[in-house]
Amino acid sequence: MMVRWLLRGALVTAFALHCAAGHAQQAVRPQPLKSGLDFTGPEVRELQHDDFANPGMLWISRGEALWQEAAGPGRKSCAGCHGEAKTGMQGVATRYPRIDEGSARLINLEGRIQQCRESRQQAEPFKYESAELLALTAYVAQQSRGMPMSVAIDWQNRHNFEAGRAMYYRRMGQMNLSCAQCHQDNWGRKLGPETISQGHGVAYPIYRLEWQTMGSLHRRFRSCLSGVRAELMPQGSPEFLDLELYLAWRAGNLPIETPGVRR
Amino acid sequence: MTARIQVPAKAKRGEVIEIRIAIQHPMETGFRFDDGGRAIPKNVVNQLVCRYNGVEIFRAEMGSGIAANPFLDFFTVAEASGELVFDWVDDQGQTGSERAALTVTG
Repeated sequence: MMVRWLLRGALVTAFALHCAAGHAQQAVRPQPLKSGLDFTGPEVRELQHDDFANPGMLWISRGEALWQEAAGPGRKSCAGCHGEAKTGMQGVATRYPRIDEGSARLINLEGRIQQCRESRQQAEPFKYESAELLALTAYVAQQSRGMPMSVAIDWQNRHNFEAGRAMYYRRMGQMNLSCAQCHQDNWGRKLGPETISQGHGVAYPIYRLEWQTMGSLHRRFRSCLSGVRAELMPQGSPEFLDLELYLAWRAGNLPIETPGVRR
Repeated sequence: MTARIQVPAKAKRGEVIEIRIAIQHPMETGFRFDDGGRAIPKNVVNQLVCRYNGVEIFRAEMGSGIAANPFLDFFTVAEASGELVFDWVDDQGQTGSERAALTVTG
């Protein structure tokens, strides 16, 4: 009797584990896809849509100035090679993060700007999360505003994509929560006073009212990790880049909103 | 300090025009502490003045209750063509300035 009971218990556990594992294998997009803006209040939406009142526009203005600013021993500016950002950078942000041809590593928009700054301008790279890097990233991303994300998964980035997906479904921290448990399984429901969003990264860098400043997607990752009391990885770390790629795929064809405003 | 101002380029004489200004500034309240437990000194844009052809038309005195990156919006009457000049200063003595031209017709 005891043995049968134990066996049944083990079977039930095995079945539950199998289901959980099966669920964790899936790379799925939420249906229907909704921007984070749909989960905010009317005031925040209005602030984002007003191109003057949107505080992120201050960073865009700074980015526009930096685009023209010569740097490094060769006194090269971004505009010197790429020309006007309005034409040259249009649609670029929809394709990031992507595999860098030279290093065969995954890089995001911030990483590409840093790489250009180091190898082409031979200037001191900006710190991740510095006002300058946020301004330039926001300025470049803004040139793709309204254009749908278009990150494709192929043999080159498959490995990173799988790593990002695994992280998305991995339970983390003292709260033992995965990204998916909130943003995939429970979006639209309440977490305290907040409505849980689908967790797309299409509006980044964003002006977050809580931060009172502009911040990168990786800063947002760290906020979430801190919320579930997990280990915080540094901005620009390979784990975060993989996760960013997974999110870029997961965002499907949502349009880019940079500079976004969120609570 | 990056700032953005919005003034209509043209207006009719006597028309009420809207003027908007946004300044990039942390507006440090003086109530916060850094990671080492040291108090971060207060640093806010404490005064902003707007002059229209040399005449002061708007003045704001701000304190720690104003959020970062202050955004101000006010109205004035278009009287003559000329220039609007904005000047501001923060607690550390850093100053900023922006100007915009306005053409008044009629």
